Amino acid sequence: MHPVLKLVAQRLALGLLLLLAASALIFAGTMILPGDVAQSILGQSATPEALANLRAELGLNDPPVQRYFDWLLGAVQGDLGTALTNGRDIAESLSQRLSNTLFLAFWAAVISVPLAIFLGLIAVRYKDRWPDKLISAVTLASISIPEFLIGYLLMFFIAVQLGWAPSVAMIGEHMNLGQKLQSIALPVIVLTLVVLAHMMRMTRAAILNVMQSAYIETAELKGLSSFHVIYRHAFPNAIAPIVNVVMLNLAYLVVGVVVVEVVFVYPGMGQYLVDHVSKRDVPVVQACGLIFAAVYIGLNMIADIVSILANPRLRHPK
Amino acid sequence: MSQNELDYMKSRVTAGKMTRREFMAKAAALGIGTAMAGTIFAEAANAAGPVKGGTIRIGSVGGESTNSLDPALAASQVPTLNLKTIGDYLTEVTPEGGIENRLAESVEASSDAKTWVFKIRQGVEFHNGKTLTSEDVLKTMQRHSNEDAKSGALGIMRGITDMKADGDNFIVQLDTPNADLPYLLADYHLMIQPDGGMDAPAAGIGTGAYTVETDEPGVRHVFKKNPNYWDDSRGHADQVEVIVLNDATARTAALQSGQVHVVNRVEPKIAALLARAPNVEVKNVSGPGHYVFIAHVDTAPFDNNDLRLALKYAIDRADILDKVLRGYGTLGNDMPVNASYPLFDGTIPQRALDIEKAKEHYAKSGHDGSPIVLRVSDVSFPGAVDAASLFQQTAQAAGIPLEIKREPGDGYWSEVWNKQPFCASYWGGRPVQDQMYTTAYLSTADWNDTRWKRDEFDAMLLEARGELDEEKRKDIYSKMGRMIRDEGGLICPMFNDFIEGISTDLGGWVEDPNLGTMNGLVGVKCWLKA
Repeated sequence: MHPVLKLVAQRLALGLLLLLAASALIFAGTMILPGDVAQSILGQSATPEALANLRAELGLNDPPVQRYFDWLLGAVQGDLGTALTNGRDIAESLSQRLSNTLFLAFWAAVISVPLAIFLGLIAVRYKDRWPDKLISAVTLASISIPEFLIGYLLMFFIAVQLGWAPSVAMIGEHMNLGQKLQSIALPVIVLTLVVLAHMMRMTRAAILNVMQSAYIETAELKGLSSFHVIYRHAFPNAIAPIVNVVMLNLAYLVVGVVVVEVVFVYPGMGQYLVDHVSKRDVPVVQACGLIFAAVYIGLNMIADIVSILANPRLRHPK
Repeated sequence: MSQNELDYMKSRVTAGKMTRREFMAKAAALGIGTAMAGTIFAEAANAAGPVKGGTIRIGSVGGESTNSLDPALAASQVPTLNLKTIGDYLTEVTPEGGIENRLAESVEASSDAKTWVFKIRQGVEFHNGKTLTSEDVLKTMQRHSNEDAKSGALGIMRGITDMKADGDNFIVQLDTPNADLPYLLADYHLMIQPDGGMDAPAAGIGTGAYTVETDEPGVRHVFKKNPNYWDDSRGHADQVEVIVLNDATARTAALQSGQVHVVNRVEPKIAALLARAPNVEVKNVSGPGHYVFIAHVDTAPFDNNDLRLALKYAIDRADILDKVLRGYGTLGNDMPVNASYPLFDGTIPQRALDIEKAKEHYAKSGHDGSPIVLRVSDVSFPGAVDAASLFQQTAQAAGIPLEIKREPGDGYWSEVWNKQPFCASYWGGRPVQDQMYTTAYLSTADWNDTRWKRDEFDAMLLEARGELDEEKRKDIYSKMGRMIRDEGGLICPMFNDFIEGISTDLGGWVEDPNLGTMNGLVGVKCWLKA
C-alpha cells in the first residue's frame, strides 16, 4: 500500500476510536450534571406526577449504561434518535443548524484565511518596520478583546448607529445569497477579527524561520525582489505549520463560536447545543458532540496529511 | 396656541393624512413641546383605529430549540406567545382584570358555583377547516386532565370531577364551589385544539387569528393571517413573527435598529436609557409577578415565628426595589398578592425596615446565633444575588447572622427550590388570589414552597372560593393575606413590573398586567401604523 494511503487509513481508524471515546465522555458528563431531563423540560412549575410520567416516557428509569449502548447501537446505524425535549428527529433539526454553522464558518474562513496569510507575508516583508508593527498590534488587540465585546461594539456602531447591517443575524430559506451575506456580515467580521491574529502570527513566524536558510540568501543574491523571494521560495517551505494553525482555526470557526452565535442570535449548532445541554437532552448533546469531535479530528487529519504532502522528504520516504 | 388649529391637525392625523414629521413640525410652530406633541400624535394616530397589513415582529426572551407547539408543554415566553397567536381560549382575562368570553359565547354558573355551563361559539373554524364543537373543548380539557399529557395546567384541572359536552354546551362539574373557574380556564395552556390535540398535540392547529407558517424552535416562528378568523377586532397585520432573542443586548439592539417592533424583558438598569432612544418607547406595567425569599415554616430555625418576623423586619424593601429593579416594581408586603389582583385589600399596612423590632423578635426567638443560610442563584430572579447581599447587610445591623450561599443556576429548580429550607425564588403570579393561594399556600399544594400548612387557612380559602358575594370574599382574602404576612414563611421584597420596549410604529398597545407582552396578545391585538 502507498505509505500515504496507509497513513490515512491509520488516521481514520484512530479518529473513529477517538469519536467513540468522546461520546462516552460526553454521556458521562451529562450524567454527572445536577438536575434531570424531566425537571429541566417541565421547569419550575412541574408537578410531581408530570415529572414521573415524563421520566417513564423518556426511559430515564433505565440504567445509564444500557441507555448509552442503546444510543450507540442506533448511532452506528445512522439513527441519531429523537430529541427528548420536543420529540423532533435529531438528524433533521441538526442538519439545518449544521449547514448554518458551516455557512458562517465558510464565509469567515474565505475572508480570514487569505487575509491572515497576506498580512503575514506583508509583516515578513516589512519586518520590524511600521507595517509589521501595525499589523501585529491591531490583530493582537482584536484577539485580546473578548469576542462578545467586539460583537456588541460592532452592533452598536454598524447596526444601531449607521444601520448598515442587521444586528440580528437571522438567516432562512426564503433569503437569497446576497441577503444572507448581509445578514451575517457582523458575525463574519467578529470571527475574522478573532482568528486573524493566530494565523497571521504563525505565518509570520514560520516564514521568518525559513528566511534564515541559505537558499533564501541565494535567491536574494540572484536579485529577486523580496516579495517574490517570500512567496515563491520561503512560503512553500513554511506551509506545514501554517496549514496546521489554519486548520485549528477552521475547527474553532465550526465548534467554538457559541458566544458569537448567542450575541448575534445566529441559528447555528452552538446555540442548539447549549439549549439542549441546559435541558439535559442527552441524545442531542451526544449527536452535537459527535459532530464537533468529527470536525476537529477531521480537520486535524487534513492538516497532518497536507503537511506530509508539502514535505518531499515525508512524501517519498526511503 | 390655537386649540382649533390643534384639533384640525389631530383630525388630519386620525384620517391618516398627516405624517408624524409634519405633525411635529406644525405642533412646534404652535409652541407645543416635542414630548407633548408626541403624545398627542400617538393618541390621534391610535384613534384612527387599526391599520391592516404588514408584519409585526416580536423579539422575545425565553425561547429554545427544545420548544414545541404542544400547549401542554408551554412554560416560557416564546411558546406562550406562539399559542396566544395561533389559538383561542374559552375565556380571557382582560387588561382590567375582568373576563372576556372568547370561544365560550356565554358562561353561567349554578348558584352554588359547582356546575358551570360554557356555551360554545358557533361558526368558528380551526385552521384545518374543521368546525369547532363542544366535543373539541371537552377533549382539550380531558387531555390536560390526563396525567400522561404532562400538562402545566394539570393542577388547575384537578378540582374538576366531571366534564361533558351537551349540544353546544360544555359543562363542568366541580368537587368544591369555585367562583373563579372562568379565570382558571383562561390559563395559557388550555388552548382549544381540534379533537383536543389528542392525536397531534404539537400540530399548531388552533382557531386563532394566525396560522403557523414557519416553525423553527429556538430561532423564529412565523404566523400568517387566518382569513377565516371569527373576530374582526383582532389580527390586523398580515404576518406576525416571533423572533427568539434570549440575549438582552441583542433584544435592545434589534429594537433600536428597527428589526423588531416589540421586545420584552427590558433590563431595569437600561430601561431609562432605552427610553431616550429615538423611535422607541419603554412601557412598564405592574403585574402579579413577585420576587421572594422563602423559608420552610416547618423546619428549624424557621419554625419559630419570631425568627421569621425578625427576618421580615430586617429587610429594606424600598432599597432593594430601588437598587435591583431601579424602581420598576412595587413594594412587597410579605404576601403573594398585590393590588393587581381583583378583590385585594389595599388597607393592609405596608411593612418596612425596622431594625429595633427585628432585634426584639430575634432576641425573643432565642436563636443560638448559628449562621442562617440563605441560598441564592442568578436564576432565582434577576438580581437575586445583589438583593440577598442587601438583605444580609440590614440583617447584620439587626444582629442576625445571615449567610449567603450561592448555588449554581443549573439544577436550581430541582435541587434547591422547594427542597432547601431557605432560598430565593420568584413567582409569575396568577390572575386571581384563589389560584395564587391554591398553587402555593394550600396544605396539599405541590408547590407549597414555604410548607405553609394551616387547616384554618385552607378552610378560609375554600370558603372564599365558593362565595359569590364579592364583599365577603374580599374580607376573607384580606384575613388570609394578613395571616401569611404575619406568620408565613414568605419574605417578599417586591413585585416586578413587566418592562417592554416598543417601536413608535406599533399601534394599539395597552397596559396588560397578565403575562407580559399584553397577555401574549401583542401580535394579535396591535397593528403597524401606516
